[in-house]
Amino acid sequence: MSEHKGAQPEGHGHPGAKEYLGIAVILTVITAIEVAVFYVPSLKPILIPTLLILSAIKFALVVMFYMHLKFDHKLFSWLFVVPMLLAVAVITALLKLFGVF
Amino acid sequence: MSGTAVAAHDSGHEAHPTSTGLNSRKMVFWAFIGSECMLFGSLIATYLVYRGRDKVGPHPHEILNIPFTSFSAFVLLMSSLTMVLALAAVQRGNKRGTQIWLAATALLGMVFVGGQCYEFTEFYLEGLKLQTNLFGATFYVLTGFHGTHVTVGVIWLWSLFILAGKGKLGPGQSLDVEICGLYWHFVDVVWIAIFTLIYLIQ
Repeated sequence: MSEHKGAQPEGHGHPGAKEYLGIAVILTVITAIEVAVFYVPSLKPILIPTLLILSAIKFALVVMFYMHLKFDHKLFSWLFVVPMLLAVAVITALLKLFGVF
Repeated sequence: MSGTAVAAHDSGHEAHPTSTGLNSRKMVFWAFIGSECMLFGSLIATYLVYRGRDKVGPHPHEILNIPFTSFSAFVLLMSSLTMVLALAAVQRGNKRGTQIWLAATALLGMVFVGGQCYEFTEFYLEGLKLQTNLFGATFYVLTGFHGTHVTVGVIWLWSLFILAGKGKLGPGQSLDVEICGLYWHFVDVVWIAIFTLIYLIQ
C-alpha cells in the first residue's frame, strides 16, 4: 500500500475512474454539439464563435483533468500556458498581418 | 510533505532532491510540450493565413469529410480516457488493467492513424497532392505532423505495454506512464484545435 502511495504524482487527489468517465461523456457531448452546429444553416452567423468556445471548453477539460494541471504544481501550468498564449498571439498577429481579419 | 521530499517520492528512478522540489523529468516534459505548442501554433497559423487563397482546386469545402473526421475526433478523445485509466491502473498496481488500457489506447491511436491514411489516400485520388495548391501543402504538412506524433505515441504505448507484460511497470514506475499520458493528451488537444479550425470552420 505504501508503494502505491509512493507512486502518486506531485498533485494529490487526482480524479478517479468515475470522474474520468464523466469528463469523457462531456467531451463526447460537446463534440456532437460541434458537429450538429456545423450542419445547422440558421446558426451560420454565430458558427465561428460557437465552435471556438466549444473547442476551448474541450481543450481546457482535457488539460485540467486528464493532464492533471488542475491538481499539479502551478509551475507545470506556467510551462504550458505561456508558450500556448505565445502561439495564440503568433497566430493572431499573422492573421492580422495577412489581412484575414 | 516538502516539495523536495515529494520529488524524490514520486519517481521510481530519482532518489536525489531537485532545486525546484519537483520531478525533473516531468518538468522537462512540460517544457517540451510548451515547445510543441509553438510548433503546432506555427503550422496552424500557416494553414489559416493561406486559407482561401488557392488559384486551383480542390478546395476544403469540396473535399473535407466531416462525418468521417468527427468519428476520428471521437476515437482520439476516447483514447485519452483509456490513457488516464491506464495511469490509474498502474498507480494501483493493477498489472492486467494497465496492459488492457495501454493496449486500448494504442489500438484507438492506430484506428486514428489508419483513418488519416484513408483520408490522405482519398484526397490524393481526388487530385489533392502536396504541390497541388496552398491548401494541399498546408493541410498535409499540418495533419501529417500530427499523424506522425500519434504514430510516435502508439510506438511508445506498445513499448510500455511490453514493459508491463515483463513486470517492469509497477506503481514505482507510474511516472513513465504519466509522461507518456501527457504526450498522448497533448496530441489529443492539438486535434481538438485542428478539428475545429481546419475542418469545422471552413
